[in-house]
Amino acid sequence: MNTIATLVKGEIGIISEESLDVIPLKLLEMGCLPGVEVELLQVAPLQDPLYICVNGSHLAIRKEMAAQIKIIKS
Amino acid sequence: MEIHKPIKVALIGNPNTGKTSLFNQLTGLTQKVGNYPGVTVDKKQGTCRLSINQTAIITDLPGTYSINPTSVDESIVLTSLLNTTDKDFPDVIVVVADIENLKRNLFLFSQVKDLEIPIILAINMSDQMDRKGISLDVETLQKELQTEVVLISARKNIGIEAVKEKIANCAKVSITYPLCSINHKIDGDYFKQLKAVSPNHTLYELWLMITQNNFPESITDEEKIKLLEFTQDVSMVKRYQHKETIYRYQQINEILKRTYKIDRTKAKDLRGKLDKVFTHKIFGYVIFFGVLLLIFQSIFDWSTVPMDFIDAQFANLSEFVTKQMNSGVLRDLITDGIIPGIGGVVIFIPQIAILFLFVAILEETGYMSRVVFLMDKIMRRYGMSGKSVIPLISGTACAIPAVMATRTISGWKERLITILVTPFTTCSARLPVYAILISLVIPDKKLFGYFSLQGFTLLCLYVLGFAIAIVSAFMLHKLLKVKSTSFFVAEMPNYKLPSIKNVVFDVIEKTKAFVFGAGKIILAISILLWFLASNGPDSFESVADEVTNNIENSNLSATEVQRKIASSKLEKSYIGIMGKAIEPAIKPLGYDWKIGIALISSFAAREVFVGTLATIYSVESDDDNTSTIKQRMRAEINPETGEKRFNLAVGMSLLIFYAFAMQCMGTLAIVKRETKSWKWPMAQLIGMGILAYVASFITFTIFS
Repeated sequence: MNTIATLVKGEIGIISEESLDVIPLKLLEMGCLPGVEVELLQVAPLQDPLYICVNGSHLAIRKEMAAQIKIIKS
Repeated sequence: MEIHKPIKVALIGNPNTGKTSLFNQLTGLTQKVGNYPGVTVDKKQGTCRLSINQTAIITDLPGTYSINPTSVDESIVLTSLLNTTDKDFPDVIVVVADIENLKRNLFLFSQVKDLEIPIILAINMSDQMDRKGISLDVETLQKELQTEVVLISARKNIGIEAVKEKIANCAKVSITYPLCSINHKIDGDYFKQLKAVSPNHTLYELWLMITQNNFPESITDEEKIKLLEFTQDVSMVKRYQHKETIYRYQQINEILKRTYKIDRTKAKDLRGKLDKVFTHKIFGYVIFFGVLLLIFQSIFDWSTVPMDFIDAQFANLSEFVTKQMNSGVLRDLITDGIIPGIGGVVIFIPQIAILFLFVAILEETGYMSRVVFLMDKIMRRYGMSGKSVIPLISGTACAIPAVMATRTISGWKERLITILVTPFTTCSARLPVYAILISLVIPDKKLFGYFSLQGFTLLCLYVLGFAIAIVSAFMLHKLLKVKSTSFFVAEMPNYKLPSIKNVVFDVIEKTKAFVFGAGKIILAISILLWFLASNGPDSFESVADEVTNNIENSNLSATEVQRKIASSKLEKSYIGIMGKAIEPAIKPLGYDWKIGIALISSFAAREVFVGTLATIYSVESDDDNTSTIKQRMRAEINPETGEKRFNLAVGMSLLIFYAFAMQCMGTLAIVKRETKSWKWPMAQLIGMGILAYVASFITFTIFS
């Protein structure tokens, strides 16, 4: 199963529709929506958190959250 | 000429959009910081002249990504917008957006627009459009949004006049329309019934009231009961909120497709390059450590000159007043109570301002977010969040703003632990205590011929403060059973050069808040102390006669007799009695009743320690005695041993006590307000108190 956490640095995926229920409202509001491209920009030195770019927003999220958001690799 | 009533304007926007820059440009030096009733969030307001006969009162609301709040700061935005009957309810709202993140900024705009309050969209950083390859069709955007749009560059002072003009015009508009009709696309029937509850409110207002459980005064009890029925099915409401969000983004995407173009090839990837360095697994930490060292170095080095200057000025002032006024209670109150009290606050301004300066620069440039990113995993091991780094650093100036800075941490347990351990970091109020004790008991020698031993001791105390904060955080992490869903998301803003105006305003504002907030308490305590030291129960008045009678036949000089009287007076005063009462408890730590007095008064604020000792010894000294506090403390003899009172063991024991004990009423009051109960400040007071007592006892035993 592909999630944001399985992306490698520089890779892009598309957030799957089924993730809608697991994405917290706050993250949705910041642009992290199903059907949108997400790129993994950086990984923190201790492998967590992840630095992503989604819908033009540059965000840092934790791995446990990222592992719940399913993606389709493009 | 008729002068119009001021227009009330609220500024709303995402964090990092330059909202504060616009606020600073509009209001300049007229801005004031107040408090929202019931919460400690700062309310920034200022006046702006729109035309000869028209002014506007501008309120800078806290930065937020959505009006659905997830923190105290953000809930202010919602409450301000729902309370239509409030006297501060805005006539016009200016939504500040940033050209680069327009999509996400328009999300907040779409929510605010649906409240049907007159609204202006100010798109900031428009001067960078060319460089970033962005083009925007402002006219079409205005039509699509049914809103006046202004392109501005707040830092370069471009478009500010246009914003003022639009504010003046917009206030005259009374009819506005919602942007996204949330009802039919999601659940037509549900929203139709919801709207039917109250004809006086817009549908979106009612929807916000039920989803955020925030009911303004304009809602009757009857309506409230009806509204609450709509929230019965929690998961359905949540689903609708998700659908609403997606629907809004769909609308925005449609609009932007027709108006906004970005040529990605033009964008230079400076951000990526800088990120690679600042979040590097080795250089990232090296740079962060370097920045910390620079901050601490500057706090000490840069502040000595102004601090010495302030110290000298207050001493001069005291001397001047002494010469000018006739002796009496009033003169004593001014020279021994009020002047040292104010001086005790003012002396911290240089250090606090320097620290706030660095924090402001680090936040403005966007570097702080990278620190959060670097430190999150490490801090999580100790039950905190990457965002806890900012409070812990700010704590080295003052724990009060540091505790308030924890608001950005969304997980309750992480936030609580951060609040609980922040007072362990060495705040600037501990510094004068450390400074005077270190210079008394640590020899002025060089370590390895280079490092000063005194400086090294001070460094050790700082490290000790951080270490004990981390250790206790770890223990709290394991012990505390607090329900909390920790959810972490941090925006990584683009790097920018700090704006001098923003930084300067920020430093002035925070420093003012400290001086007037903490200052009031410290001044009050100084006056109270002076009163307690110069008054006593019935027997107090006869002390002078008694002393004179007792020593009638000895050969003491007049000054020595005076000193004896003063000393006995202090012993018999209220504060002397209090100090004596706790003496048995603090004797194992090596302290006498005079240090006891200083300890009692330190529970108001630590820095009072030095002031209290100054008061105690100046009450004891006669008027001609101009020696400094340090000289007087050094001369103090322990009558039981005949040795110096402040020897190495006592000094070290006091240092440890001040490092660990929770001695700040201001912090306790803030913790109470932030945690909404007395449970946590009391836990801090008792827990840290016990730790301080035990550690000081061990230290005293080792060194004596």
